[in-house]
Amino acid sequence: MLKVLLSRLGQAALVMLVVSAVSFVMFRYVGDPVATMSRENASVEEKAELRRSLGLDQPLIVQYGRFLGRTLRGDLGISYRNQRPVTELIAERLPATLELVLVATILSLALGIPLGVLCALKPDGAAARLVQALSLVGISTPTFVTGIVLILVFAVSLGWLPSFGRGQVIDLGWWSTGLLTASGLKSLLLPGITLALYQLTLIMRLVRAEMIDVLSSDYIRFAKARGLPKRYIHFRLALRNALMPVITVTGLQIGSLIAFAIVTETVFQWPGMGLLFIQAVSFVDIPVMAAYLLFVGLLFVLINTVVDILYAVVDPRLRARSA
Amino acid sequence: MKTLASSPGFLTRIGAPISVIAAALLALVIVACSILASWIAPYDPTNLASFDLMNAELPPAFTAEGDSRFILGTDNQGRDLLSAMLYGARVSIAIGGGAVLLAATLGVTLGLLAGYFGGRVDALIMRIGDVILSFPTILLALLVSGIARAVFPGAATAEWAPVILICAIAIHEWVQYARTVRAATMVETAKDYVRAAKVIGLPPRRIMLRHILPNVMSPVLVISTINLAAAVLTEATLSFLGVGMPPTYPSLGTLIRIGNEFVFSGIWWIALFPALALVILVLAVNVVGDWLRDRFNPKLRVKR
Repeated sequence: MLKVLLSRLGQAALVMLVVSAVSFVMFRYVGDPVATMSRENASVEEKAELRRSLGLDQPLIVQYGRFLGRTLRGDLGISYRNQRPVTELIAERLPATLELVLVATILSLALGIPLGVLCALKPDGAAARLVQALSLVGISTPTFVTGIVLILVFAVSLGWLPSFGRGQVIDLGWWSTGLLTASGLKSLLLPGITLALYQLTLIMRLVRAEMIDVLSSDYIRFAKARGLPKRYIHFRLALRNALMPVITVTGLQIGSLIAFAIVTETVFQWPGMGLLFIQAVSFVDIPVMAAYLLFVGLLFVLINTVVDILYAVVDPRLRARSA
Repeated sequence: MKTLASSPGFLTRIGAPISVIAAALLALVIVACSILASWIAPYDPTNLASFDLMNAELPPAFTAEGDSRFILGTDNQGRDLLSAMLYGARVSIAIGGGAVLLAATLGVTLGLLAGYFGGRVDALIMRIGDVILSFPTILLALLVSGIARAVFPGAATAEWAPVILICAIAIHEWVQYARTVRAATMVETAKDYVRAAKVIGLPPRRIMLRHILPNVMSPVLVISTINLAAAVLTEATLSFLGVGMPPTYPSLGTLIRIGNEFVFSGIWWIALFPALALVILVLAVNVVGDWLRDRFNPKLRVKR
């Protein structure tokens, strides 16, 4: 057990080292920090002085070591565009993105599970076929198109819902939430639905496949033979087991959802991390890009590692195989 | 092989349902129209002299204020929207196709190497793949185009945009090919004909390319169909986000981006028609790809 734990943690550390190296290389070699930071008509001596004070004349390994040290202390440099510490910028934008992702995840589970069950129970029924066909349309529609169409219908034509921003937010310590005000909740609705639709198809298809698998297993057939009520068999016995992988995948997907929120946030001008990142990309704001990469990388590695370790704890077979 | 797979006769012979044949035809028509864009488009959107700012933002011809010269209306610069869409679809398809081609070449090569040699080569290639797959396509693509923007100065970015986009998309997609080809290669390598080829002393290159490759190609073709749809979507997303094709040489995604700025003023057509074209194209390719995947995946067929 300890061996599995250590090897997984080792792998995670290795991936983070690679990600931090990429982020360091971006930081150091993409664009010249001296040129971006010095005055317009700085002399050669001034530039050399700046280079020395930034430690850019040191050997590469030393520079990388310092970069790691600073990163671990939470100092990710200063944004070229906003002239503010990157850590501060990200912390400010984090609540908006996390609330959006949370709402989208809940919405997609609330819709995806029933639809998946429907498709699994009556795979040849008219409703199931319709849902299946719609799900194909779902995968083929890019998130930004969904967003634009929702804005056109609910914001421009009907004027029911706001189409940009977070509405009124309330500060709870450093966390600003839009979940407690009416305008905040209204603003969450369209972006939440947009992001949820991206996730919905995946959850629906997964629930369907798992349910079909479970329904053909021996214990379900036995339960049917015993004459247990259908409702009990489907929802108590089958769905429970079918949901295990769904929970795992939903957890694993949270990372991608945060990354994918970039598109939704752009369409709805949602002031989250994604919008921060996309602005950094178009303004070539390297410190913000590097920090976002590090942050999302850390999130991914954390989620993957925790899931893997949990699996090893829960399932002894996996322990034996990897040991 | 491609012409064979995309002809409807071939599809009926292997038992494709009518919806799949219709989707394949639709995809072919869109691809054909975009290839022939310079001949069939009513106007040339790349020629500055052909459009007039006076004609800007005209609604489609079928609406009350529409102008019969512009079937789907005009964009903010007075370009005929239908022509811009035909040219845009060409850009989208070319970049999507290019990305699939690059990803397939890279993935098949690395997959063959990993599967044939095993050991350290295998471990190295596959671990790199694992790390790449743990990040979503869109994030990696954004990073690549972000770095490319920083490395190339302003004007060069626009000029190199298609190449940057192809690389940005392919950097994620190759892993799927590599994994599939690696698994298939490992199976083939253990078979007698490969062992025999080794015994006669053929060089590994020849064994991999002439003996193993033809036997591992069919899943590659299936993956490519689905990946083409995904690549076109990724390109559109990047262009929509403003890090893809420039407005001077727009893809469908760029057109939607331009249109998005006018949605609030009630000018819906600039965003909606390119979006519709994009969704129809991707949907058609996806329907064919989905069916191909089910058809060639024996595990799924038993389940059904």
